[in-house]
Amino acid sequence: MIRLQNIHKVFNAGKPNEFTAIRDVTLAIDSRKATVFKGPSGSGKTTLLSILGCMARPTSGRITLKEREITSLPERFLTDIRRKTFGFMFQQFHLIKGISALENVMIPAYPDGEKHAALKKRAIGLLDLLNLSHKASAKVEWLSGGEAQRIAIARALINDPAIIIADEPTAHLDTSLSREFMEIMRRLKEQGKTLLIASHDPIVYESDVIDRIIGMRDGEIVSSGDHP
Amino acid sequence: MSAIEKQRHIIDFMLSCLWRRKGKNLSLVVVYTFVIFLLASVMFFAHAIKKEAGLILRDAPEIMVQRLVAGRQTFIPESYIDAIRKIRGVQSVTPRLWGYYYDGQSGANYTLMVNADLKDRPGEILIGKGVTLRRATAEDKIITKKNDSIPFKTYDGSYLMLKVKGILPAASELVTSDLVLVSEADFGKIFSISRDQATDLVLQVRNEKELSTIAAKIAQLYPDTRPILRNEILRTYDAVFDWRAGVIIVILSGAFFAFIILAWDKATGLSAEEKREIGVLKAIGWETSDILLMKFWEGAAVSLSAFLMGILSAYLHIFFTASALFAPVLKGWSVLYPDFRLTPFISPYEIAILFFLTVIPYTVATIVPSWRSATIDPDSVMRT
Amino acid sequence: MPGRKSDLFFGCLLAGMLLAGLMFIDAGVREHLDMPLLNQRAEIVRVLGLTDLCLFTEARYTRHPSMADLGTPFQDHPVSLEHFPSGAIVPVPPHLKQRTRNERQ
Repeated sequence: MIRLQNIHKVFNAGKPNEFTAIRDVTLAIDSRKATVFKGPSGSGKTTLLSILGCMARPTSGRITLKEREITSLPERFLTDIRRKTFGFMFQQFHLIKGISALENVMIPAYPDGEKHAALKKRAIGLLDLLNLSHKASAKVEWLSGGEAQRIAIARALINDPAIIIADEPTAHLDTSLSREFMEIMRRLKEQGKTLLIASHDPIVYESDVIDRIIGMRDGEIVSSGDHP
Repeated sequence: MSAIEKQRHIIDFMLSCLWRRKGKNLSLVVVYTFVIFLLASVMFFAHAIKKEAGLILRDAPEIMVQRLVAGRQTFIPESYIDAIRKIRGVQSVTPRLWGYYYDGQSGANYTLMVNADLKDRPGEILIGKGVTLRRATAEDKIITKKNDSIPFKTYDGSYLMLKVKGILPAASELVTSDLVLVSEADFGKIFSISRDQATDLVLQVRNEKELSTIAAKIAQLYPDTRPILRNEILRTYDAVFDWRAGVIIVILSGAFFAFIILAWDKATGLSAEEKREIGVLKAIGWETSDILLMKFWEGAAVSLSAFLMGILSAYLHIFFTASALFAPVLKGWSVLYPDFRLTPFISPYEIAILFFLTVIPYTVATIVPSWRSATIDPDSVMRT
Repeated sequence: MPGRKSDLFFGCLLAGMLLAGLMFIDAGVREHLDMPLLNQRAEIVRVLGLTDLCLFTEARYTRHPSMADLGTPFQDHPVSLEHFPSGAIVPVPPHLKQRTRNERQ
């Protein structure tokens, strides 16, 4: 599905605070599988996720998505592909405050100019799936941590992407909510989605939902094994 | 169709964002509307009065001749008339006799003018609508009607009672409100003017194109006179409410600075919170152009609403309430003032200029500072 | 959620523009209706030989600005400051400004 070849990512090149986040990573991600990126903070997990998700460009190397090379596509095409192919969940959720939960879910689809009624219906459907339709018009700052997490998931799913990327999704959740999260991930995988998760939480990487664990350290892949 | 849907979605989101800070954004619109209201009111009033003056005074005297002594206007001896009448192109020379009368009772200034029709009817006057309202005391208002008499204090302290034989039509208030038309004899009794003097001379000219030539000849003949042409009379009113005049400049400067303060809030860039939100939007799939479109609509929404409301309220203010807010300034210390009910002459050209000077800069001030933030990398939100 | 916000916005904008259109129509209609009145006023100006609009009756040079001379605003003394409110609105007539330029030549 996604193929990375000799990817390097250097921040602030040429400046005194030059920093190499990713060092010569070659990787192939299979579709319909759940992969966890494991490693201490600073290992480059987040950077790798953003490159995999077409959010950042590598300093050197090649990326292929579904057999199509996307390394040097202009921003507009890249954004279009990203919007349709990927759904993101951030560590801090990053929901827009002061706006209703429903509208937060619909925002990623706005640039595509879909008919409002159809979009709204789909968004409500997703909230239903996640048992949150009663909170549709609530402002996001009034939601509990678990509810906000599920809104973030719904937002990631609004464009029906093939790949879900989650960065430390359980960082702000307690055990039961974390387990709930993994169950939702299971359902998504069963629907045929590809999952890419960065986490150092055992509840995540030890779950049987996970097919593969990639260990990282100092910007390099140090281990890559199928989950037993 | 999807392009329109996209705009509607972006506007939905923009409005939701504005609504988050209801108070701040509503007050912004209110202040902006008020600025437009003020500017448009001045604009409407000035244009309407100038247009009306141009229309009403189109048949004013072609040439008026005044006499100046020591820089002040003084009486013209009737002996000047013969020589001036002989100038080629002059059809007729009519002496005008008029002056100002201060009515101690009401505190009003009237323009007292001799009218040839009253020559054989001494003791009778025709008055304008403004003169009919006189005060016996501060509280007592007398409305003078036909056949009532008004006392006029003469130069030697005695009083001359003059009977009102007619009231000039109310429709002509804008030019006749303070007029008192008297016979020459009565004028002489009030002001002690010797008989062979005129306040100024009105000339009728055969050929319009010769006006300036004739004026030059008059000035040559009698260097102590000053001819005033009809087009100069009209240009006087073009200059009224000129933006360089005192009160107007104060209003315009005030409005200008209010506007700067409004736009300043936008122009000094985005808060950290706003930048972060733009980062989130970029991360979840919005392009730079989408962000800029949103900012454009934000500026346009505020500007357009304020502009429309400002223009409409200014129109109502000037043409339906007779400039109620400006009235105190316009009335000043005058005891007698006309009804400022103007005919609504409006200039689409001036409205367009106001639009370009307010809506465009404000919208630009909303978009440009966001440029940098809009081009932020999508992954910036993940790096924090 | 009742009606989309953008629909409300466009609705209001449309209403505003319709009102603006109405404003122009109203102006046009009233101009037309007032014409006889304006003609009547022009006629009186012609018959009586008037030269100015009766707008500000507090001072001579604001009552008859086209007839004013440069000295009258300083009637009290030469450095007299403008004290009539309407004096701040009615500027020096253009023909007076031009005249002094010519006289200097």
